[in-house]
Amino acid sequence: MVTSAIAAVSSRKMLRSVVYLLFVLIGAAGLYFQMDYNFLAAIQLTVYAGGVIVLIIFSVLLIHHIEMELEMAKRSRQAISALLCMLGLSIFLATIYAHPFETAGITSTTTTAEIGRALLSTEKGGFILPFEVISVLLLSAMIGAIVIAKGGGKIKQPIEEKTDAERILEEITEEVTKAKKQEEEIGV
Amino acid sequence: MNLINLLLIPAIPLAVFLVLGIFSHKIKPAVSGLTGVAGLAISTLLSYYTAWQYFFVNGKTDGVYQTFVEKTVWIKFTDTLHIDMGVLVDPISVMMLVVVSTVSLMVHIYSRGYMKGDDGYTRFFAYLSLFTFSMYGLVLATNLFQIYIFWELVGVSSFLLIGYYYTKTSAIAAAKKAFIVTRFADFGFLIGIFIIGFYTNTFDFQLLNDPEGPAILTWASTSFMGLSLITWALILIFMGGAGKSAMFPLHIWLPDAMEGPTPVSALIHAATMVVAGVYLVARLFPMFYMVEEGFALQIVTYVGAFSALFAAIIAITQTDIKRILAFSTMSQLGYMMMALGVSGFDGHKGVGYMASMFHLFTHAMFKALLFLGAGSVIHAVHSNLLQEMGGLRKYMPVTNISFLIAALAIAGVPPLAGFWSKDEILMAAYSNSQFIYGVGIFVAGLTAFYMFRLYFGIFWGKDRQYKHRPHESPASMTIPLIVLAVLTLTAGFIPFSELVSADKIGFEAHINLPLAAIAVGVGALGILLAWLFYKKENDLASRFANAFGSFYKWSSNKFYFDEIYLFVARKVFFKNVAAPIAKFDKKIVDGTMEGIGNQTAVISRKIKDLQSGRVQDYAFGFIGGVVILALIFIYAFTN
Amino acid sequence: MIPGVSINEILTLTSILFFVGIYGFITRKNLISILISVELILNSSVINFVVINKYLYPELLQGMVYSIFIIAVAAAETALAVAIIINIYRRKGSVEVSETETMKH
Repeated sequence: MVTSAIAAVSSRKMLRSVVYLLFVLIGAAGLYFQMDYNFLAAIQLTVYAGGVIVLIIFSVLLIHHIEMELEMAKRSRQAISALLCMLGLSIFLATIYAHPFETAGITSTTTTAEIGRALLSTEKGGFILPFEVISVLLLSAMIGAIVIAKGGGKIKQPIEEKTDAERILEEITEEVTKAKKQEEEIGV
Repeated sequence: MNLINLLLIPAIPLAVFLVLGIFSHKIKPAVSGLTGVAGLAISTLLSYYTAWQYFFVNGKTDGVYQTFVEKTVWIKFTDTLHIDMGVLVDPISVMMLVVVSTVSLMVHIYSRGYMKGDDGYTRFFAYLSLFTFSMYGLVLATNLFQIYIFWELVGVSSFLLIGYYYTKTSAIAAAKKAFIVTRFADFGFLIGIFIIGFYTNTFDFQLLNDPEGPAILTWASTSFMGLSLITWALILIFMGGAGKSAMFPLHIWLPDAMEGPTPVSALIHAATMVVAGVYLVARLFPMFYMVEEGFALQIVTYVGAFSALFAAIIAITQTDIKRILAFSTMSQLGYMMMALGVSGFDGHKGVGYMASMFHLFTHAMFKALLFLGAGSVIHAVHSNLLQEMGGLRKYMPVTNISFLIAALAIAGVPPLAGFWSKDEILMAAYSNSQFIYGVGIFVAGLTAFYMFRLYFGIFWGKDRQYKHRPHESPASMTIPLIVLAVLTLTAGFIPFSELVSADKIGFEAHINLPLAAIAVGVGALGILLAWLFYKKENDLASRFANAFGSFYKWSSNKFYFDEIYLFVARKVFFKNVAAPIAKFDKKIVDGTMEGIGNQTAVISRKIKDLQSGRVQDYAFGFIGGVVILALIFIYAFTN
Repeated sequence: MIPGVSINEILTLTSILFFVGIYGFITRKNLISILISVELILNSSVINFVVINKYLYPELLQGMVYSIFIIAVAAAETALAVAIIINIYRRKGSVEVSETETMKH
């Protein structure tokens, strides 16, 4: 997973880095499976590995020539960033290992029905409000994506790009709808 | 007293000023002139009504003229010290109302003819209205601060009107000069006000003038350089008055102020604004009289007498007719100051005060008449210089007659207005000091001489080669002349002593026959001399001038006062004070400021690099900051 | 709870993922790469939510539910980001960050 992640951010070929990202996401889904969160793992696979990655791949395909080498930042910049990240990481790890976690030790299986109930519950500990907010957010994101991708202003290569844009647009809409549907399925 | 009437008097000119000022480009000249005249006519009628009410109907209680005050607290410093806004009605303010409105109305009517076709016609009337408003405010002021505010407003309108022909360099310079000189004087005035406010805790005229009030009772409790501080304050206030009234040595602006249009000279620099100084001293007269046994009043006397003499001598040798009149004004103002100075307080002893006010009143009439007449002459021959005039009586009969009347009045020929007031001044001086009386009578003779030199020079003598035939001025200009001439003829018969007096009781004034005879004799002598010298073309005058030689030259150069001031200002003040300050300003203040500015520019250029708009740079900085902060918080603070 | 794996180990993993994401975010010059980095960061936090829920408070559902929300938001965010990227590409013909320095037009 870590290797894949590092590969994802350091690969010079766009498509490859996307695929590495896919590996990371699948790894995360594996973690969820192991933790007995099957539903979450399923969502991770469908939404992330399925939807988001496909989306990104499409945009990459649209925009880049597959063989194109990616430009990287300056060496010094990379080094400083790496140093900084290592520093931050060491702080994190030091904190994590210094903190005594009280592991609960019991294992309980969570069913999809429980999650659904929790999401729609209006009682204490229910998530109906965030759920609704997220629904509205998804809707607005969908509309926003359509508006932006349709785009006004000057277009550099109008005819050629327009068809691409439209294709992408459909893709986006589809994905978003899918995500939303998923959420609604959970709710129902 | 009807408060509404009283408030309307200044409010109407203010409204006219605002309307004309704001819509100056949209109003047709004919309309604006008419608006100005109509507005002022109403406020003139109102002030006449007020005067009639006050003097003859309800102003008197038990034989004493009461002071009516309506005021509202404007700025409050302490319970006793506050600045009020209001109106104060007493004999002198009512008299001034009449003077200001009469002369102003005449000048307004006259200006409609005189300024015809001028580009700034509407602007001119707007300024005139502003001036009239401020003058009313000054006259009606209830306390020192209010009078100061209107004092400055009057100064501003005077500045605007002197510089009315703002394309003329000399007019701009004159306006600047007038403003700076009077400002300088007003600075003294302001300090005087502060001292009074500090030591007496009041600005109110009534309290200040009250013989039982804080100012007069406590003057002895403070002292500075051998004099009471209240006396110093009064001297400083008199300095402000001297600046406005062109007393020596702050007189230098008045002759130059003649750069303004002639009606302005008539209104502001002869009849109304310049008497503000006299009015101020009169307003505070009880204080001047009672604090430190009238020490400040002594100064007023001598400054007045000297100015009267000094200006009269200069007036003899000038050739610009408006300047002659300006110096004549200065001389007459000195007369008024002198009269105030020699006055006593109660009963018949207060004749100087009354005479001063009386002279103020009559002088306003005949000096306005003289100026308007001069304006009419200038209008006809398009020149200010005496050498280019002569023999005009054939062409301009109305101007001729009215000018003659005014000249006779100022020379003190009975029974014209000037005779009565001048006679009373001389009488007051005689009863006070022989020396002052001597100066007064000498000045009276000089006055008669130079006025008739002017008169004969303009209207008699030989015809000059005029570019076009001079003609009588239009009716709008001659009517004010006629009205003012009638007033000059009759004003002397007003029983002034019963209306205006220092203690407000009034008394019977009599004429001291021998004194009157001497005054008239001297006046007649002056006229006779002028007649000999200037009636016919002859060389008597120049021979005489040669006999006096250098004195003549000094006088015609106004005793080089302008040059002295310039020298002091340029060589002494600029070189030793202003130049180092300018240097300091340029090098150190500007240097610092520019340095700061440059540094800011440099720093901001650096900051600009930070604000590159690249989100990644921001993120970089952000993450770096977070990591460093985390380090600090975790390891530096937890232990 | 994964048998034989302690919470510390999983947290270490997510930390590494997180900082790898940050590293990518800072160093990459391409908008899509940056998007990928952001996905990494988001994912590491989602895993954190889930892990802490599972290991420390197994009887509750908060972490679980929030990770669902985060996934939803991430999906929306990706959709928007891709839309924006495509728009920029249409306008400028490039998706390099250096091309989008100007904040407004």
